Amino acid sequence: MSERIEVKKTYKLFIGGAFPRSESGRTYEIFAPDGSFIANPSLASRKDLRDAVVAARAAHAGWTAATAYNRGQILYRIAEMLEGRADQFAREIASLEGINEQDALQEVHSAIDQWVWYAGWSDKLSSIAGSTNQVSGPFYNFTIPEAMGVVAAIAPESPSLLGLVNAIAPIIVSGNTTIVLASTRSPLPAITFAEVLATSDLPHGVINILTGNKSELTPWFASHMDINGLDISGLEDSQMVNDVKIAGADNLKRIHSFHESASPQRILSFMEAKTIWHPIGI
Amino acid sequence: MNQNTVVDGSEKSLLNFLGNLSGVDQTGANARAAMLGTRSIKTSSKAKAIDLAISMVDLTTLEGADTPEKVRALCSKAVRPDPSDPTVPSAGAICVYNDMVGIARNHLDSIGGSHIPVAAVATAFPAGRASMEVKLQDTTDALAAGAGEIDMVIDRGAFLSGRYMKVFSEIQQIRALCAHNAHLKVILETGELTTYDNVRKASFLAMLAGADFIKTSTGKISPAATPPVVLVMLEAVRDFHTMTGVRIGVKPAGGIRNTKDAIKQLVLVNETAGPEWLTPTLFRIGASALLNDLLMQRMKLRDGFYPSPTYVTID
Repeated sequence: MSERIEVKKTYKLFIGGAFPRSESGRTYEIFAPDGSFIANPSLASRKDLRDAVVAARAAHAGWTAATAYNRGQILYRIAEMLEGRADQFAREIASLEGINEQDALQEVHSAIDQWVWYAGWSDKLSSIAGSTNQVSGPFYNFTIPEAMGVVAAIAPESPSLLGLVNAIAPIIVSGNTTIVLASTRSPLPAITFAEVLATSDLPHGVINILTGNKSELTPWFASHMDINGLDISGLEDSQMVNDVKIAGADNLKRIHSFHESASPQRILSFMEAKTIWHPIGI
Repeated sequence: MNQNTVVDGSEKSLLNFLGNLSGVDQTGANARAAMLGTRSIKTSSKAKAIDLAISMVDLTTLEGADTPEKVRALCSKAVRPDPSDPTVPSAGAICVYNDMVGIARNHLDSIGGSHIPVAAVATAFPAGRASMEVKLQDTTDALAAGAGEIDMVIDRGAFLSGRYMKVFSEIQQIRALCAHNAHLKVILETGELTTYDNVRKASFLAMLAGADFIKTSTGKISPAATPPVVLVMLEAVRDFHTMTGVRIGVKPAGGIRNTKDAIKQLVLVNETAGPEWLTPTLFRIGASALLNDLLMQRMKLRDGFYPSPTYVTID
């Protein structure tokens, strides 16, 4: 029998629950720290971003209307699927980031733990961040936090999986939908993560993942009028951070950068307070 | 009309003509439509294509839930698709149900849209399952209310069972009613015709019977205006023009929702029938959601960033 030929994986984008190639047809090469070739992921274009925004916008009504309990369940289901793929993630992280598999597995475990930590917040947010307010009139007055809409994120270069989880989980747990630009140097765990999402009851379009060049795509994230918020924790270049803030000012986009990885503030920053005046005695 | 030189109006000559029509190479049509769909139209060409497409849109609302206010709002949108930008051309026509024709006509006239015709879907749209008297009355009502275009459906049951003469004479009778006062668009409902051969046959049947336009679909059946079907119809109008010297229009309707789809249609027109057809008098696109996408693409070209769907009206 002849020698077996390994079947190589095509790394694609994740938009609206499907795995398309980049509309532009482009790919780029990624290498291990020792210089050896690893893969050709898709190099997303601004049109891929636009398609992803359309998918995210379409998914928002359903996702935000789901009960907090249901969203928490789906996030927990994703954690179950992540657990089953832990070894694959560890191999990818080890080869991309040049660390040993034991350390890589450690990163995977903390990413899953982080995910579950955020999942737990889904049905607690409104009681902790919401309030009943004293008003001088015949009204019940209460304030509840609501999801903003479509919130995008630029994930950090490394740690690739943990950074991705920190970007996505706090955005979607409250009912936002998202488009995340994965680590440019280490995008493979993000694509494997998309495969996890595709098998975890997550409605199509809630999470969309792009791989590509940060300096090319970030300005389009910032100027797109249908993105309500943007997490730029993954941007390192201070000039780009500045440009993003200027471009995002036109539609009052909420732009935040976070230092803490596990913090309810990451969730609440992409929520809006809705205050309801309910008349008494009518 | 020159059509009469091709068939003399008798059943025998019609059957003879349709029987001798060349068949359609299905694989070839699919492949050619797919190939033309890959053409990339950019920058200034794209800007022109978008404006052309806007001027070709038959802005349509055909819902049981239509109200006079919704129709009026749509008319205002047809006259001035983007209120913030007067350089946007107005739409090709308003397409509504019979009872809304008068409302649409009056409103258009009152807001400076008298150049925009109102198209009425008639002849027991969308199924066409009614007696000929009802179909004629339906058309008469629409004409009386001020319809400038009649979108009639053919009896697909009769066509598929081979009673071509019945379909032919129905179109002729509606044609006679419209006379020179209204354009006649004949809806083939290609989604129910099953083969491209049938689409070609029905296209010729409609053109011979006096259609000014052949239209793919009602919008109530899927698949509707797929690129290969439109290609086959464009080939039919091209061949008909060669035969008779008469240019018949084509109107794809249903399933064309974004700018990319619309530009693909324009490429098909240019490469199949020819650039003479790239005008609202010979090519229309029946759509509702498409116009918003065209407007958003236009804003993107103008402003340099992607707008939000909240920048255009919800219809």
